[in-house]
Amino acid sequence: MAPGMDRERLLEAIALTRAEYQLIVQRLGRHPNEVELGMFGALWSEHCGYKHSKVLLRRLPSQAPWVAVGRGEENAGVVRVGQGWCAALKVESHNHPSAIEPYQGAATGVGGIVRDILAMGARPLAILDSLRFGPLSHPRNRYLFAGVVGGIGGYGNCLGIPTVGGELYFEEAYSHNPLVNALCMGILPEERLVRARAQGEGNTLMLVGAGTGRDGIHGASGLASRTDPTGRFEELRPAVQVGDPFLEKLLVEACLDLAWNHPQWMVGIQDLGAAGLTAACVEAAARGGAGVEVDIARVPRREEGMTPYEVMLSESQERMLIIVRQGYEEQVGRLFQRWEIPWAIIGKVTGDGLIRVKDGPYEVACLPISILTDPPIYEGAGDMPPEVAAARAMDMASLPSPEDPAATLLALLASPNICSRRWVYQQYDQSVLNNTVVEAGADAAVLRIKGTPLALAIATDGNGRYCYLDPQVGGAMAVAEAARNVICLGARPLAITDGLNFGSPERPHVYWHMEGVIDGMAQACRALGIPVVSGNVSLYNETGGQAVYPTPVVGLMGLIEDVYRIPRPGSAKPGDEVYLLGPGPALPPQSLGGSELLAVMGLAPRGRPQLDLQLEDRVQKAALAAMKEGIVRTAHDCSEGGLAVALAELCLREGLGLEAPPLDLGPYPHASLFGEAPSRILLVTPPGAGDKLKALAQACGAPITYLGRLGGSALRLGPIALPLGSMAQAYEGAIERALQAPR
Amino acid sequence: MRFAVIVFPGTWSDYDCHYVLTSILGQEADLVWHRQTDLAGYDCVVLPGGFSYGDYLRPGAIARFSPVMEAVVKHAQAGRPVIGICNGFQILCEAGLLPGALLRNEHLQYRCQWVHLRVEVCHNPFTVACSPGQVLRMPISHGEGRYYADPETLDSLKREGRIVFRYCDPKGEVTRQANPNGSLENIAGIVNREGNVLGMMPHPERACEALLGGEDGLFIWRSLLRWAGSC
Repeated sequence: MAPGMDRERLLEAIALTRAEYQLIVQRLGRHPNEVELGMFGALWSEHCGYKHSKVLLRRLPSQAPWVAVGRGEENAGVVRVGQGWCAALKVESHNHPSAIEPYQGAATGVGGIVRDILAMGARPLAILDSLRFGPLSHPRNRYLFAGVVGGIGGYGNCLGIPTVGGELYFEEAYSHNPLVNALCMGILPEERLVRARAQGEGNTLMLVGAGTGRDGIHGASGLASRTDPTGRFEELRPAVQVGDPFLEKLLVEACLDLAWNHPQWMVGIQDLGAAGLTAACVEAAARGGAGVEVDIARVPRREEGMTPYEVMLSESQERMLIIVRQGYEEQVGRLFQRWEIPWAIIGKVTGDGLIRVKDGPYEVACLPISILTDPPIYEGAGDMPPEVAAARAMDMASLPSPEDPAATLLALLASPNICSRRWVYQQYDQSVLNNTVVEAGADAAVLRIKGTPLALAIATDGNGRYCYLDPQVGGAMAVAEAARNVICLGARPLAITDGLNFGSPERPHVYWHMEGVIDGMAQACRALGIPVVSGNVSLYNETGGQAVYPTPVVGLMGLIEDVYRIPRPGSAKPGDEVYLLGPGPALPPQSLGGSELLAVMGLAPRGRPQLDLQLEDRVQKAALAAMKEGIVRTAHDCSEGGLAVALAELCLREGLGLEAPPLDLGPYPHASLFGEAPSRILLVTPPGAGDKLKALAQACGAPITYLGRLGGSALRLGPIALPLGSMAQAYEGAIERALQAPR
Repeated sequence: MRFAVIVFPGTWSDYDCHYVLTSILGQEADLVWHRQTDLAGYDCVVLPGGFSYGDYLRPGAIARFSPVMEAVVKHAQAGRPVIGICNGFQILCEAGLLPGALLRNEHLQYRCQWVHLRVEVCHNPFTVACSPGQVLRMPISHGEGRYYADPETLDSLKREGRIVFRYCDPKGEVTRQANPNGSLENIAGIVNREGNVLGMMPHPERACEALLGGEDGLFIWRSLLRWAGSC
């Protein structure tokens, strides 16, 4: 330890416990110096080391015959999609930075996830963003919301990668602690897959991209691995990185030039993200089963007087580590020069399993890779929070039913959790790269793969309210709904990337939610046959001792075999028939558990959502079978706001009204209209195809009900009769109205 | 026809333009890095959209000093067609090949959406395959697309029939509501006095396949081909 250094203060800054420090001393057989301790702080952080989540994450299935790179192996998951193509997929959170500095926090979240995809040798094809904020009635939430949307657009638009979808929820539980999860998907020819492995003794480590500055120090350890960063805004702001999307654009082109045109010049590409150079070197060396030697005197800086500690832990953006095959340094250097990107040789691969950090002639750190990458693993103990038990136990049958169902539908359509997201997505470039097949706002985004009939559909889903009330069901529903979303565009679910956002795992009530959500997701993944190929865990999302809702973000990619034959939004014609595939229309009052209707009525979340995974599987199979037959003109998932909202959205999207014959809505019509029973999809068929559709559904064992005929300019459903115009007025512009409401 | 698609650091519509010209229209096209100084042998120069130099300082302000720009000016002065799309339009204005400037959108937000354009004139290489008053549908994607020119310049643009596209509604009415960025007189695209240099904010290269939502962009590329064929 450096003389005069305050060990206690450093431990606090990097968020390691005294017991963990003792463990380091025991394993090393000596005290670490300041630089070494900083490196431990980064790699043994929750963010990099998954100390509290690893045990649970092992429960998620991650293998399938089409998986090329599974969960935790590399910077992103990769699946084979056919015709020689692979797709890379990964989601990552940037919650804590966004809570402190929303524009840069979100921007660098996008930058980081794009580099993860790039490190696989994949061309980034699309970005999605799953966002959660507190209610817009609070000025700080408006600031965070506008800043995050601005940052995503500012970075993604400049990069020339379309932002094609995502989610947006507003709940009190996210006040001051927004969730910002960015997802990126990319494609690559199968034989161009790159591994981030430092192997082959004597190979060269080349750092390319931005100069290293003092931004983002302690991002992984200090910021992402502790609670309540918002209480310390000013102090922690330097831990937020600042992005340069222009440089990232050049990095993308240069790295792809290298990976696709000159793969023989290098052995690996590694992103510099959380914990900067330290994590990049150590993780690449660990994967390669090798050691590395780095001379930080050679690291290009953007600031003077930086200490070795700062250079090793800086999270400056837009940097990549290239593991260059010995003898090709000049060629690779020239390639980056051609793209006008700074580069420097900073070290080499060694065979001793150590990371040696030198500052010119002096050695400033020397640690075994195996210890750095083996943090203590904690298994928590869960305990159901009493308020959850109480909320679950509330009687749903005695809820007052809304007096005017039509007014209730309008209120739901104008709810910030349901209304049109146009205000957000029109600020994002959605169509650059010429692959975007359906317009934003659909159930899922569809990106074609040029030169093939293939396309990838992608959606994100995760309802924190459901997970709060029942983590297992909520976790399973996130998987099920994301799958239904891509199925609505004719895609077969292929792989999941998951962003898991929770409070402090050290608290039993949070751990109970975390364990339940992951178990629920695992069950659904098994039932539906979908592997989790990559993911990210963000813990300590708490403000003032209050955790966010337990929020899994399921990013699900599906494969479309023939993009020219998908059920397209906007393709319905007057006279087409609308069917409800799945349970209903009459629903029990329990279907209102955790529903948006309760929120619109001003009631706290209550009840318990339900899901039958076998039924879900049958419904999904039936929908895909009908689409394969070519009898589905278009489809829409039935989720928040229930059947009435789903039908209203369908009518608005297709520009057609609906004439529904008298329907049996059962003894609880408000539950039937607004209940959120899962496993339901609206299918639109051309006239005359109904019998075939019904036979197909029955053969799959999925319930099906005829709802009515599209036409006219009003939605008529049971007690509801509303012109499209008034529904559109409620649905469109609701976010603008919330932002402009008097403060 | 042989196209040069110029690539500045930060350009991102280069692939889209190249893809449409080669894969859809079967033309010859090269991606030309901005350090190249010779454009001899190319029939048409495309300055694609993007954020050249990150739009730092001001969109197009740095790119206009790129080595390739001298050759672009020479190409234009020789009367051969140059089409600047989005950031390309901004660069052409900064380089003085087109009059006026593109300011920050009136509502201060980036905007990406499908818009309608009314074709105002058809006697140039870019719209010869259209009919006057025809309505085209294609996407915009920009934060700085509000066309501005001083009153005299605007007057001469009108007098000389150099306003090529105006934002309009689906029926072709030029309304304030159809103006996505606050451009003067709904201007979406103009040509130089000689008519061989076009700048437009919307992206015709993103509207060339029914699969992606529309094919109206083909009118502009096919105009170029027809014009070349008739020369």
